[in-house]
Amino acid sequence: MIGPVAFAAPWLLIGLAALPLLWLILRAVPPAPVRRRFPGVVLLLGLKDEDATAERTPWWLMMLRMLAVAALIVGFAGPVLNPERPVAGGGPLLIVVDGTWADARDWDARTARIADALAEAGRAGRPAAIVSLTDLPGTEVEFRAADAVLAGLPSIAPRPWEPDPAEVAAFAAALPAGRFDSLWLSDGLARDGREVLMDALRARGDLTVFQVSRPVLGLRSPRFEGDQIVLDVVRSTGSGAADVEVAALGPDPGGVERELARASAPLADGALGAELRFDLPPELRNRVTRFAVAGVRSAGAVALTDDGLKRPEIALIDGGGDREGLELLSPSHYLRQALSPTADIIGGTLSDVLLADPDTIIMADVARIAEQQDLLAWVEQGGVLVRFAGPRLAASDVGRAEEDPLLPVRLRAGGRSVGGSMTWGAPKTIAPFPEGSPFHGLPVPADVAVSAQVMAEPGPDLARRTIATLADGTPLVTAKEVGKGRVVLFHVTANAEWSGLPLSGLFVGMLERLAVATRPGAMDSAALAGTTWVPDRVLDAYGQLGDAGTLAGVSGEQLAGMTPSRQTPPGLYAGEDRRLALNALGPERTLDEAVWPAGVRVIGLERPAEIVLKGWFLAAALVALLADLIAALALAGRLRGAAAAAVVLAALALAGPHEAQAQDSAEDRLIEAAGNVVLAYVRTGDNRTDMISAAGLLGLSDVLFARTSVEPILPVGVDLESDDLSVLTFLYWPVTADQKAPSPQAYAKLNRYLRSGGMILFDTRDADVAGFGTATPAGRRLQTLAAPLDIPPLEPIPKDHVLTRSFYLLQDFPGRFAGQTIWVEAAPPDAELAEGMPFRNLNDGVTPVVIGGNDWASAWAIDEQGAWMFPVGRGVAGERQREVAYRFGVNLIMHVLTGNYKSDQVHVPALLERLGQ
Amino acid sequence: MTASGLAGPARLREGAEELAGGLPPLLAAAEQLAAAVRMGEHGRRRAGMGDEFWQYRPAHAGDSGRAIDWRRSARADVHFVREKEWQAAQSVALWVDGARSMSFSGRSGRPTKGERARIVALALAVLLIRAGERVGLSGAGLPPRGGRPQLDRLAARLAGDGDEGDYGAPEVASIPPHARAVFLSDFLGDPSAVEAALVSAADRGVKGVLLQVLDPDEVAFPFAGRTLFQSMGGGVVHETRKADDLRDRYQQRLLERQDRISALARRTGWLFGRHVTDGPAVGALLWLYQGLDAKRLQA
Repeated sequence: MIGPVAFAAPWLLIGLAALPLLWLILRAVPPAPVRRRFPGVVLLLGLKDEDATAERTPWWLMMLRMLAVAALIVGFAGPVLNPERPVAGGGPLLIVVDGTWADARDWDARTARIADALAEAGRAGRPAAIVSLTDLPGTEVEFRAADAVLAGLPSIAPRPWEPDPAEVAAFAAALPAGRFDSLWLSDGLARDGREVLMDALRARGDLTVFQVSRPVLGLRSPRFEGDQIVLDVVRSTGSGAADVEVAALGPDPGGVERELARASAPLADGALGAELRFDLPPELRNRVTRFAVAGVRSAGAVALTDDGLKRPEIALIDGGGDREGLELLSPSHYLRQALSPTADIIGGTLSDVLLADPDTIIMADVARIAEQQDLLAWVEQGGVLVRFAGPRLAASDVGRAEEDPLLPVRLRAGGRSVGGSMTWGAPKTIAPFPEGSPFHGLPVPADVAVSAQVMAEPGPDLARRTIATLADGTPLVTAKEVGKGRVVLFHVTANAEWSGLPLSGLFVGMLERLAVATRPGAMDSAALAGTTWVPDRVLDAYGQLGDAGTLAGVSGEQLAGMTPSRQTPPGLYAGEDRRLALNALGPERTLDEAVWPAGVRVIGLERPAEIVLKGWFLAAALVALLADLIAALALAGRLRGAAAAAVVLAALALAGPHEAQAQDSAEDRLIEAAGNVVLAYVRTGDNRTDMISAAGLLGLSDVLFARTSVEPILPVGVDLESDDLSVLTFLYWPVTADQKAPSPQAYAKLNRYLRSGGMILFDTRDADVAGFGTATPAGRRLQTLAAPLDIPPLEPIPKDHVLTRSFYLLQDFPGRFAGQTIWVEAAPPDAELAEGMPFRNLNDGVTPVVIGGNDWASAWAIDEQGAWMFPVGRGVAGERQREVAYRFGVNLIMHVLTGNYKSDQVHVPALLERLGQ
Repeated sequence: MTASGLAGPARLREGAEELAGGLPPLLAAAEQLAAAVRMGEHGRRRAGMGDEFWQYRPAHAGDSGRAIDWRRSARADVHFVREKEWQAAQSVALWVDGARSMSFSGRSGRPTKGERARIVALALAVLLIRAGERVGLSGAGLPPRGGRPQLDRLAARLAGDGDEGDYGAPEVASIPPHARAVFLSDFLGDPSAVEAALVSAADRGVKGVLLQVLDPDEVAFPFAGRTLFQSMGGGVVHETRKADDLRDRYQQRLLERQDRISALARRTGWLFGRHVTDGPAVGALLWLYQGLDAKRLQA
């Protein structure tokens, strides 16, 4: 091995030593003479050559020949650039995996790397062991046969938490004695305890580290700033500017989880993080259950929200608008001031706000309630109704004769006024809150005085329902439970007219205690102390939220650090009255790239591909020999005029511009397509897939030609970036897992194509292993590929879709695989079955996309001889399946070309009936 | 009938067809070439010749009835006889070198020296026969005669096989005394043969024109590198290591050869000219035709 080049047969290089000998031999032999017929030779007779020395081959020609021979020798020695390097050493091999959420993103590639290393160790007869740092065995590492370890590889999975430094240190200390080499697949993040293990491993033998240079992306827990939700996006390396798309996910009104909002955080070059702000309407905001970096499958890229993000919705209803202009006297002014920082306040009439189902309704001095039944029902469902007294309530007779269901107590007529100019006594202060009152513990400011209030009629329940009193014992705040909800009455006004209460901080405190204006803050360790939390939903390393199952509850102390661990995996934890989100990244967590000391060999996961140089060397030798041929001819005087031009042209023709011709022909075919019906497929860049697509569409074209009046010309492959789609009607798009996403310009073209009536048939070609969805790589790829397209809502194809009868009558749509349904544009919700008609009157127009995974192209594909390229099913059933696949293709093209024509056939009976009249 | 009996007539016919096929193109090319010459000098030459009509004279007794020009006689009372000019035709003997050296061409597509020489010779014969001269082919046993059939004979002889030798020498024995002669050759062979022929011809009062036909490669000598030069028959061989070194000396020798023949021609009253095959054949034809002008040859 020389640098990055290795040789398959290095001993052949000895041949290079023979070069000087060859030089001498070549040098001694002069070039052969040209034999030439020439009548003037008689005039030459007797002429002597002036130069007596023998003619010799010039040195540069010799050099050329030497180079050619050297290139041949090197070429046949089989040079390989960036050869697969085995992990060095001969002893046992220990494979260490971080196994964190940061690994999840490319876990497949990592396992493939491990499998490679294990297979190699197996060939070399080295025992091996795998250790995942997030899942340490607890026992001493035991080296086993590499094959056995390889068999156990699938059980190693990434975890949503990170290694515990203490555990890692213990593991490092307990490493088996004796020499072994190690391969460490790092997740790319620096963390405590890494050095300890690294030193221990290096002490035992060679350490090779695989580390991906891609930055690790993470989301910290969301938090509120004003009305906006703020998210911190962090990454491990700052090189390069990037836009990080973050999606807010949550249930829609129908309860189906979907993307509610999306924002893009621009990460500047060099920046390790960016702040992302979501400004959402309260309705949406309360629905968000988690944020996720789009396209990254990793628990670190998911931030769960808990109750902390929910802002209560409070409806404020005040008695009347007759005091216009006196803002400070408005009954709701102080409430608004107290509530707006922590809650979303909605207004309007009572019937309107009831529809919005707020958490709390506050009524300031409202006596008569028209929608009493509705309101009562709402309270019984768990609503909190808070009422404030006031002149109107005092003047009315509500709750006088009997207890009003929407008032906690009966009221005495009139109320009382103390401390005024016409009354005895001083304004009353508030008594300290007794034990058992929700306000217990709130400090009572001395300067809060009550000068007027409504009085409660004494009754058996009054004492129980009183939760705050004045210093003289009269009730100030009363409350009663109604169903699941509660009705609270402040016996004073919500403005400063009757008391100084709204002016004091106590007012805010009391509202909070009533759980009216509370927003759960961050749980600090003090609040967590002594509590028990039960995992409700947990994240896996890939960022998927799953059921917690039978995970044991954890104590608040364990959660206090907000750092996930094996005992406390990230997820949602349910406590007594609230839920707590534990995210993979703590609130202050930064991501740092792991830097390895100079002595450790670091290899990227995406290693440079092996390049076999043999062909290049042989080609170079050929070129050198060609040049030698021309030079030798020129030197011998045989190369003149046309002959020279011919030789040079022939040499150049070897490297002709074939690509330009290919492009010309594609252009020509598109021009031809403009005047014909042509089936087109998207070139994926994968030669085999493209070949199958072309062959499949050719087969379908033949069937169309034979059976229908559609006479397509040869199918054409289109490059979404460069080709014009406007001339096409049908595009077959096979989705491969590693397909490159088109550029925004290409998407604009595709959307124009779809709007102008084109159709795309997406084929994930994986119906044999997967249903529809994101379960397979192709499915996930399809989701990302199709996201920027203007695609209407989809539904599994209904039984009466026009595709089922546009040419043939079909009920299933198999390709090479059968059984999976296909998805088409959803029927309009108002589609209904007309009287006497077999089908619904469905959507007007053509579904712009058909999505499925039945691998239709393979079923349709024929080769040049017209023979089927791939088997479908078995026996007669397989033939039938292929026939139905063709019929589906015919129906599809008919649907594209004729639209809802067959849908209109629904009216044929009616038309015939009219014609008969 | 034997196999050879079968083959004999077949071969003969094949050769005859080949000959018949080859004749018209050669003759046609020659006529075309000759027409190009006549275009410019048509009027003067025909007027000066006065070839047919001489005078009308009254018929004498003894004139045959066929001799009377009835058209002229009808305008007068006596009979007139149409007398023609007495023309003593000149004999011209052509010799075209048929040796193998004449079959050389430096480049495909360029006519060989022999082809060019034959075309020019035949075109000259066309012109001369039209002008009433008698043309023959020396060395091929074709004595000078006039008339169109002679042209066909000339063409047939010229299209025939060439000599076997590497280089040719003019044959003067068959040339009638005081005739004119035209020799077309590359004159690369032994110059003493040409000298002997010219002296012998001069002795018999034969004068004429020598045209040296050369290929451009023979003039420019565009060769380089190690080369083995062979004569067309392979009889003469010369090897050199650096052909380009010989160029100057070769061209010097060629000049010397031309000077020698030119001097000889002057001494014997002949004209010597050169023609290179990449030039137009008309030029050579014109020069030959004017060279045959008696006045210039008398000088």
